[in-house]
Amino acid sequence: MARDRSRGGVPGVPGATAAGRPAAGGGRRRAAAALPTAALAALAALAGCAPVGGGTEGGEGAGGAERTLTVFAAASLTGAFEELGERFERDHPGTEVEFNFAGSSQLAGQINEGAPADVFASADTRTMDTVAEAGNTAGEPVVFVRNTLEIAVPRGNPAGVEGLADLADPRVSVALCAEEVPCGAAAAEVLDAAGVEVAPVSLEEDVKAALTKVELGEVDAALVYRTDVLAGDDVEGVAFAEADQAANDYPIAVLAAAPRPALAEDWVAWVRSADAQRVFRDAGFTTR
Amino acid sequence: MTPGSPPAEAAPPAAGAGRTALRVRAGRFPWLLVVPALIGLAVLVLPFAGLLARAPWASIGTRLLMPEVRGALWLSLTTATTATAVSVCLGVPLAWLLARTDFPGRRLVRALVAVPMVIPPVVGGVALLLALGRRGLVGTYLDAWFGLTLPFTPAAVVLAQVFVAMPFLVISVEGALRGADRRYEEAAATLGASRAVVFWRVTLPTAAPGVAAGAVLAWARALGEFGATITFAGNFPGRTQTMPLAVYLAMQESPESAIVLSLVLLAVSLVVLVALRERWAGAL
Repeated sequence: MARDRSRGGVPGVPGATAAGRPAAGGGRRRAAAALPTAALAALAALAGCAPVGGGTEGGEGAGGAERTLTVFAAASLTGAFEELGERFERDHPGTEVEFNFAGSSQLAGQINEGAPADVFASADTRTMDTVAEAGNTAGEPVVFVRNTLEIAVPRGNPAGVEGLADLADPRVSVALCAEEVPCGAAAAEVLDAAGVEVAPVSLEEDVKAALTKVELGEVDAALVYRTDVLAGDDVEGVAFAEADQAANDYPIAVLAAAPRPALAEDWVAWVRSADAQRVFRDAGFTTR
Repeated sequence: MTPGSPPAEAAPPAAGAGRTALRVRAGRFPWLLVVPALIGLAVLVLPFAGLLARAPWASIGTRLLMPEVRGALWLSLTTATTATAVSVCLGVPLAWLLARTDFPGRRLVRALVAVPMVIPPVVGGVALLLALGRRGLVGTYLDAWFGLTLPFTPAAVVLAQVFVAMPFLVISVEGALRGADRRYEEAAATLGASRAVVFWRVTLPTAAPGVAAGAVLAWARALGEFGATITFAGNFPGRTQTMPLAVYLAMQESPESAIVLSLVLLAVSLVVLVALRERWAGAL
């Protein structure tokens, strides 16, 4: 028993036990050991992977690039940020910009749970506040662009939607974003302000999902960002006067736990520059 | 299989060795097996410990009484049960065809049946939308001829669940049918029983444990369905928002609510799997 434990329990070196045991036990035990050997080999492979994964997360030694800037950004910034990222890499040789695009609330949750990121760009101030209040931003977040809502309709506008009031028509099927995500909060605000009551067929999990339902013609209209209408295929935008009442401010902030704080500051300065603001305008954002 | 046979059966694997290699010797604990087994168990169970540790026990009652939660739970239970019923009605005959008949392309059909088990459910949702959506391959005609649109309805939820869950039933029943002794069917047939009688009175009872196991698996899978549902059926409280969708959206805003919803789903699944496994679904 004691002998067994000392041999079988080499701490943290599962591979060693797998390799060592059948040899020590003799030929007859080989068959019985085959299964655990396979299992332990898999385990060793897993263990072997771990340090590699850890290294990449730290940003050092990740395939070629010397410095990696990790930017968490709202999904609606995808197109513009990717373009800005390429130019940033050109201006900062040896730097690689890595993006994590997702719903702002989801990103905020990841950051508050300790995700290693340098910069966070959110689609609304409310979501940024949850990160700031948790003490996870370095300095005050600054608003760098604004986005307004537009009604997206399938090409040709089959339901003949002309304004916000048409969305209340029961013959028009409408998809909205769920109120838990920024585009849904903005939609609720704008509908509320305009006094329009909509019975949506679905509350989508993010703005892209709402847009997709329009692209596929499954709904007649959806309230999405102007930038998404511009980026979408087979959709048209219907602007409406009340949109300004619920414009979304996009704040950006360097994070308190940023592995690359100086580079992060550079990125924030870059997205606020005149050149970058032009890129945002082309994508449909409002700049100031 | 008869009592007394195990020693005789245990001997052949150790043939040539003289002693049985498979029997654990007294006083020697099989650490080599136990350690990875425990790590494996931890991988599967530990995440739920996280769920329990962070659960807001004090407010759990009030959160559960919220109408959205009850709506989502009720919808989940009814749609998963309906989906299981549909899967049994369609899946058992399909399994019978695969197990008992021979036709060209049978192997391809078997592979196709299993595909939903391995593709990401969200892909299934996209496929369902493109086939049965308002502008879909078949959906266009459903809309034009019958004024029937499936997306964003509870029927779409059931359809998404059937799509991901039925393969589990078919595979399970097919296995049971293949494993069954066909001589009983042949005997019944030679004694003058019709095909239908043979199927109902002989084949089906023999495969019953497989059907029960498959139904339980299908139900559990349907209850947990997320990707295909949110893509094909959308998300609307009370109509298409099942528990997994409610969990996902709650996570965006209030992780505590998401934890409570997750606990409910976990409890329901666990109770059903444990209870049914003991009673009918020993084949699981």
